[in-house]
Amino acid sequence: MSKPHAIIIGAGFTGTATAHDLALRGFDVTVIERGDICHGTSGRTHGLLHSGGRYAVKDQESAIECITENTILRRIVPQVIEPNGGLFIALDESDLAYAEQFIESCEECHIPLEEIKPQEALRREPHINPRVLTAFMIPDGTFDPLRLALAFAGTAKRNGAKFRTYTEVKKLITDGKGNITGVNLLDLKSGKSAELYADIVVNATGAWAGEIVETVGVNVPVKPTPGVMVAFEQRFVQRTVNRLNKPGDGDIVLPQRRMVVVGTTSFEVDSLDYVPVLEDHVKLMIERGAQLIPAIAGAKIRGKYMATRPLIGGGEGRSVARTFKCYDHKEMHNLDGLVTITGGKATTLRAMAEKTADVVCTKLGINAPCVTAETPLLSYRQYYLQPNEDFS
Amino acid sequence: MSPAKWNIILKIHRQKQGEAPHFEEFPMQVDPDEYVLDAVERVWAFMDRSLCFRHACHHSTCGACGMRVNDVEKLTCITPIREVTRDGATLKVEPLRNFPVVSDLAVDMGTFYSRMETVGARAVLPVSEAEIENPPTTWDADESQYIRLADCIECGLCISACPAAATSTEYLGPAVLAGAQDQGLKRNLKLLELVDSEDGLWRCHSAFECTAVCPSFVDPARRIMDLRMQVIEERFKRLFRKP
Repeated sequence: MSKPHAIIIGAGFTGTATAHDLALRGFDVTVIERGDICHGTSGRTHGLLHSGGRYAVKDQESAIECITENTILRRIVPQVIEPNGGLFIALDESDLAYAEQFIESCEECHIPLEEIKPQEALRREPHINPRVLTAFMIPDGTFDPLRLALAFAGTAKRNGAKFRTYTEVKKLITDGKGNITGVNLLDLKSGKSAELYADIVVNATGAWAGEIVETVGVNVPVKPTPGVMVAFEQRFVQRTVNRLNKPGDGDIVLPQRRMVVVGTTSFEVDSLDYVPVLEDHVKLMIERGAQLIPAIAGAKIRGKYMATRPLIGGGEGRSVARTFKCYDHKEMHNLDGLVTITGGKATTLRAMAEKTADVVCTKLGINAPCVTAETPLLSYRQYYLQPNEDFS
Repeated sequence: MSPAKWNIILKIHRQKQGEAPHFEEFPMQVDPDEYVLDAVERVWAFMDRSLCFRHACHHSTCGACGMRVNDVEKLTCITPIREVTRDGATLKVEPLRNFPVVSDLAVDMGTFYSRMETVGARAVLPVSEAEIENPPTTWDADESQYIRLADCIECGLCISACPAAATSTEYLGPAVLAGAQDQGLKRNLKLLELVDSEDGLWRCHSAFECTAVCPSFVDPARRIMDLRMQVIEERFKRLFRKP
């Protein structure tokens, strides 16, 4: 019996992780990406390997996902992680009032937590606000966004997955009854078109998920929500620094290379392909960042950028849960051959892929367990060591 | 208080499979404080969907968006338009040299990454292992003076700028030799044979272009000089070693 063929649209975090998972479960996998790896949201993510602390009070489902996946990623892909830990710091009475709920919620979610005195926090991170009232150490980390996706993509390739980058999906092919059987492709490198058929098409386009399924007349409840980040040219801290309070704008500073990055904001847009970096958001990031690390106020800006989160479900901005969902369009719209995975965040990419591959296997009647939590990834450079697929 | 917009012509290198390379001009309005990559991305978003270019993080941590901007290697995500052109002028954007072109502005990093892998260059390290090679004496010191090879983002700017790399596709090139230096012959003597060769250390003729264009302050040129010292030291040791 020949292997089942899965087409994955999108080579961001979910697309590359799903390619890896399905390749390990015995699928022939083809990933289609209109740009290069991490062309959309994934490459521009903040890079925070969440411990779950940020979500523990308001969104325990996301918090538990985060701590579970944080632990797994440290094990399977240490090559792209700076496992330096993180601090939550209290700067005013409102932060102190939040502390009690924070401790309780972290315990409920099994997020390891250590309270440290202000002078100890300042000893570990001398650049944080000297007015710090109390601080908590948690197992946050940072990761290199592109290399995280490359590690999944490279390992998938070694296991037989094919990648077609600079290739755009022009249309989903239907069987006349509305079921999806493949995709129409345009290779942007050559201008050639082709049809590619599969047993299942996975829409892993994140914030763009709605645009893909709109072409077959259905929708998924994804709300693209961009946020602005600012990188400064000095590595003021070695650990992530979070404001000890409910999630808000500009309340996370994290080290990357020789920089710190402050993020982020939350707004809505009409067009996704180009979202401007709003100057007032940049100013807000400098202000908020400087509350956590005063030297940010006078630091040189290295980069200003934005990324568009794929939030799912109802609600406004920060109130939306940060969990993910895999939609089977057979169940939703009586349209077979297509699943959409969206929502979530970088830290949960492996879990998102596991869920998606589970749905795909169930649909196709394939009995293959997920082994990605126990499978160390190969070097991210493997992605570039093996050539991509071409039409010719 | 957004500054006055500039009208520029973005002159982009285009090349599709089976076609001769040429330039295509895109007149556009820009904010001079935007980055070159923002303008390139807008061409893709609003003017020509077939434009191929590499990019990911947009803040100089991934190394994907290296291009030649007005004949100089730049990481386009952190290069403000103001620094490379003026109102009413042309801004030329080309793919990196000394790499095979995939299409338009995108190049193939395969050979380069395989060499980085061969020398065991490390890309992301916990702070406990990311040695700062000239540690500051105080916490207030200007950190931009520190040197850390863990900051190499494998962007390839140094390979593109290197005049020696233009003479041989077999030349390992600055980033790779810098990665070997970071590993050190003491730690990995197997590197000796690889770097002590015509297409290794000895093809470099000290132009120092690599250090000039490096966006991560990795200083590959100094590392090549240091690695030469290590190799000579090792050769001396061998002269006096009993067979």
